[in-house]
Amino acid sequence: MHILKLILRNALRHKLRTFLTILGITIAILAFGILRTLVNAWYSGVEASSTTRLISRNAISLVFSLPLSYREKIRHIPGVMGVSYAIWFNGTYISEKNFIPNFAVEPKTFLELYPEYLLPEDQKATFLRDRKTAIAGRKVAERFRWKIGDNIILKGTIFPGAWEFVLCGIYDGAEKTADETQLFFHWNYLNERLKKTVARRADQTGVYIVGIDSPDRAAEISEAVDMMFKNSLAETLTETEKAFQMSFVTMTGAIVTVIQLVSFMVIVIIMAVVANTMAMTARERIGEYAIMKTLGFGGWHIAVLIAGESLLITIIGCIIGVVLTFPVAVHFGRTMGTFFPVFSVSTATIVLDLAASFFVGLMAAVFPTWRAVNIRIADGLRRIG
Amino acid sequence: MGSDNQPIVTIRDLTKSYRRGTQVIPVLEHISFDIPEGEFLALMGPSGSGKSTLLNLIAGIDKTDCGTIEIGGVDITIMTETELARWRATHVGFIFQFYNLIPVLTAFENVELPLLLTPLSRRERREHVEVALQMVGLADRMDHYPSQLSGGQQQRVAIARAIVTDPTLLVADEPTGDLDRVSAEEILGLMARLNQEFSKTIIMVTHDPHAAEKAHTIRRLEKGVLNAHS
Amino acid sequence: MKIPLSYSFRNLLTRRLVTVLTTSGMALVVFVFATILMLAEGLQKTLVDTGSHDNVIVIRRASTTEVQSGIDRYQASVVETQPEIAIGQNGRKLVAKEMVVIMNLPKKRSEKPSHVTVRGINEQSLLLRPQVKLVEGRMPKPGSSEIIVGDSIAKRFIGCGIGETLHFAMRDWTVVGIFQAENTGFNSEIWGDVDQLMQAFRRPVYSSVTFKLRNYSDFKTLSERIESDPRLTLEAKREIQYYADQSEMMTKFLRILGMSLTIIFSMGAMIGATITMYAAVANRTGEIGTLRALGFRRRNILFAFVAESMLMSIAGGFTGLLCASFMQFLTISTVNWQTFTELAFSFTLTGGIIYKSLFFSVVMGFLGGVFPALRASNMNIVDALRAR
Repeated sequence: MHILKLILRNALRHKLRTFLTILGITIAILAFGILRTLVNAWYSGVEASSTTRLISRNAISLVFSLPLSYREKIRHIPGVMGVSYAIWFNGTYISEKNFIPNFAVEPKTFLELYPEYLLPEDQKATFLRDRKTAIAGRKVAERFRWKIGDNIILKGTIFPGAWEFVLCGIYDGAEKTADETQLFFHWNYLNERLKKTVARRADQTGVYIVGIDSPDRAAEISEAVDMMFKNSLAETLTETEKAFQMSFVTMTGAIVTVIQLVSFMVIVIIMAVVANTMAMTARERIGEYAIMKTLGFGGWHIAVLIAGESLLITIIGCIIGVVLTFPVAVHFGRTMGTFFPVFSVSTATIVLDLAASFFVGLMAAVFPTWRAVNIRIADGLRRIG
Repeated sequence: MGSDNQPIVTIRDLTKSYRRGTQVIPVLEHISFDIPEGEFLALMGPSGSGKSTLLNLIAGIDKTDCGTIEIGGVDITIMTETELARWRATHVGFIFQFYNLIPVLTAFENVELPLLLTPLSRRERREHVEVALQMVGLADRMDHYPSQLSGGQQQRVAIARAIVTDPTLLVADEPTGDLDRVSAEEILGLMARLNQEFSKTIIMVTHDPHAAEKAHTIRRLEKGVLNAHS
Repeated sequence: MKIPLSYSFRNLLTRRLVTVLTTSGMALVVFVFATILMLAEGLQKTLVDTGSHDNVIVIRRASTTEVQSGIDRYQASVVETQPEIAIGQNGRKLVAKEMVVIMNLPKKRSEKPSHVTVRGINEQSLLLRPQVKLVEGRMPKPGSSEIIVGDSIAKRFIGCGIGETLHFAMRDWTVVGIFQAENTGFNSEIWGDVDQLMQAFRRPVYSSVTFKLRNYSDFKTLSERIESDPRLTLEAKREIQYYADQSEMMTKFLRILGMSLTIIFSMGAMIGATITMYAAVANRTGEIGTLRALGFRRRNILFAFVAESMLMSIAGGFTGLLCASFMQFLTISTVNWQTFTELAFSFTLTGGIIYKSLFFSVVMGFLGGVFPALRASNMNIVDALRAR
């Protein structure tokens, strides 16, 4: 107990300096936490993937579509539990600034394959029944203050024109990772209009979503699908949903790497700040350490004192930083909301925060401790006067 | 020497107290006296008697509560801080117990410091500094840093710094307090020479009776009151 | 500057470890600051340089990119008849109806497929883009299955060297040339005859019509006419504007991220400097008293300490800038979110960035040192001397 009291008193000797150091650490931990949360957000699509879903798309690129006729063929492949399809619609809601991911889907099979999108039974029934309806996730509905029954108009970019829907359902994600910023409407609604306006674009889909019976058979079934359509006019590329989502992440892989690098630089900065403080503090107290040595205190005691003070400061800074990370993340999520559907601080991040602080606290104490422990008593005493 | 010279310092009714939280501690009470030009005065007294305070007031680095201090005909108690700073630069030379040299400057640069406050050119400053260092016998150590000089040598540099602007007054606060016997002798001898050969007025605070012997006049401060004896 | 600068400078040297740490912190901040600016500059440059000053691109209304757009043959021919289109040296109109699709190709290094832009061109396409120069081989023969590739593609993707064959859209295509497009996005494209590509990909519509204006100022009349024509569902944009719009999201994101990081880092660095300077002031209390006693004013003390802090920050600034300038050797390749096309761009150092970075470091040095310097200058002389 004594040593702790001494450590605390020492830290409070230079209140301003201790305060500033803690402030520096808080800021750095905050930055580190936000950056890590940012990186996590990048992978949120990957996290939300299911191991029993495959995504099948045109082998050339997502820009090309697949014929509707593939549906039945895929359904009959052994191991396939269900097939749905979706087209990335990319409609604009009012202005380009309001980015909403929106898709034209086959409602019944889609909802079956995505059980994590929870919809009240009556809303679901309306959605399945009425071709002009659409459902939206809780987050996007709250963002634009949509209510059931509202008319929503999307301006088509890939499929030109004004597209009107009635919002009949708001879904919630079963897990934190589920994307609640999306809007889904009837593929049939899109297709009917295409048949009348640009017939050659009708009866096609963007991707097929394939539900399989067991994750272990993913590779096998993916190959089966691709083999089925090899050498046809529209060859397919089938992969697990996770791999599909990852391909989006790797597109901007360079940027994610940069952000990860930067987050480590932040740690280096705090280390410099804390090391700076401890170096100065220890240097000023060299005389005291010499006196303690004359009194019989060993190198160990001094090391504990210095390291203890260093750790105390870093841990306090870390705790404050962690606490602040949450509200800042919420604010960040709101301003960058259009870019990331999920922006939440994970436990892993907090653990990393603490580990980093601990590491920094110890490292910062190394050099001053070494100096203090090795000083010859006479030299140290001379420094006092 | 002594009383037939004009007073260079005239102090009337000088009072100074210190505030410690809510307590007011009187240090100097209604002191009045004169210091003639060319005087070598030693101020002695028990610790806490206010001798350093008196010295600080005369040197213009502290403010009185009431009373006047005239130096060279100028009342410094009515000066603003800016005026005082300017006045100090050319009228007072300081000699401290712990030399108070700037560790990162060489002996030459330390002595040059006060001259930076004057409009002298670089060459002119160099001349003054060399003369001052010669007077204290350290011309050959111009480029040494304080850490490379002994205690006695450092104090001599400090003295050179104190006289380089040819000030009206030299104030010394325990100049030999941190020196060994031999060095102390040297310093005191130097100060005595400055006083005798160059008629410098010196006010020295000390509690070392041996140092006090070198002065002409010794006055004792006890409980804020000045006594005189030669 | 009554107190010489050497006083501030030498004091920094006496506490080497601390000075190095603080200066390094500043250097890191300036490095991040400069690098972010260089990245945004590089990105801007690439995208803007991709567009020509007096070119216009026509796409389908409400599509933001060529990839999303579709222009049928009839509408495209209407655009070709516009009078404002310039005539080239070969006597023909400088207009190109092009088709753009995105395709996957495996990269050389990682073997994982990456997106590549394939553009169907005609003979005028190269003339419309003076930044693009054929550096090896020749242009594809019209009506053939020949293609040319940007040198970024040739370097980083499998099977894209001269004479090699790529297989896509159920056909074999021979690479007959490599083109270089300075720093623009075209470096990451594959070009081939538009009619052949349209057939192969079974795309009966063009993606865009690009042409050069006879007069720069003709744009307004032209775009109004196109947009009010009932036969057309198109919109016209100046090429430079088109490319600038495409990078908007990315630039915005990078800018927000960059500035947030810089602000956070700079606070950290300034705190480091402040701590250092407070300690310096505390250790030199006696000196400060002495200087004041000698006649130096509060102002002089203030300047001396602020100068000390600023010397560190400026040294850090130069160091950070120097390190940032090495980033110019790096090329970053990423995918533009808005267009799904591959972008390779580098960090561009400009005089403006140098100036801003140094200014920033000066400000940091000032803010970091001003409070401790104020404490130093506000000291009471007698107390300072006594503290010794």
